[in-house]
Amino acid sequence: MRAAVIQFPGSNCDRDMAVAIRDITGAETTLVWHRAGDLPDGLDLIAIPGGFSYGDYLRSGAMAARSPVMQAVIKAAERGVSVLGVCNGFQILTEAGLLPGALMRNAGIRFVCRTVGLTVENNSSAFTRGYSTGEQVQIPVAHHDGNYFADSDTLDRLEGEGRVAFRYTENVNGSARNIAGVLNAGGNVLGMMPHPERMTEAVHGGSDGRRLFEGLLRQIA
Amino acid sequence: MKTRIFVTLKNGVLDPQGKAIHHSIEGLGFSGVHDVRAGRLIEIEHEPSVSKSDLETMCTKLLANMVIENFEIEQA
Repeated sequence: MRAAVIQFPGSNCDRDMAVAIRDITGAETTLVWHRAGDLPDGLDLIAIPGGFSYGDYLRSGAMAARSPVMQAVIKAAERGVSVLGVCNGFQILTEAGLLPGALMRNAGIRFVCRTVGLTVENNSSAFTRGYSTGEQVQIPVAHHDGNYFADSDTLDRLEGEGRVAFRYTENVNGSARNIAGVLNAGGNVLGMMPHPERMTEAVHGGSDGRRLFEGLLRQIA
Repeated sequence: MKTRIFVTLKNGVLDPQGKAIHHSIEGLGFSGVHDVRAGRLIEIEHEPSVSKSDLETMCTKLLANMVIENFEIEQA
């Protein structure tokens, strides 16, 4: 398995993500700078990490979504390569048009940084196959702009097509229908606000994030 | 020449920032304010050769997120 983690100016979860991928899946994992026009050959997984790319200027993820490397990521996603966007990565994927909807300022205005409960809504994707449908897991969030918005037709379509991957078990940030993570139509792109890479070892206080990476490994290997 | 671009949230999209500003206005003792919505003003200095349609493309491709926002272009 081969993986790449994209780094933007202001990314701050890139190394955590790379360590989680490398340690759990054994994938050869490369950090790729945002100015790169090309990605390494033969990638199975591209991760867009959390952070504050470009200082969240204009809108969270807006600048990063227009960077050269994202054009290559969009092409790879179209070829079926798995793309995982976490937190700022989720914001970037919506801004890039790879996922529907938008992440707006948290309804309560405050930055939310704590471990939250998630329900696994659908375990048929590469990212969620390590879980059972309906299972509740504990994964931390840390964001200011995590309030998922899409019009009601889009939300109905997402639900109808089984593209809601994770839902918060409580109202964390005002997200429509408590959506915490969504898949693209092909099921190979997942965006989620919670940080699975921060919950992979007992020392983190839990390891519920680990199975996301284990599931990917099973799917790809 | 200078163009001003106003980016605002679409009707029906919740604006927590506007709500917080509204609360602060009330906290200052002003009454009679019904609603506050916050947006963004972007001023662009440019050659006359930059067309209205170029500016519209800038808006739809970057300056506004068409999922949640509208834009208005005001040319001096």
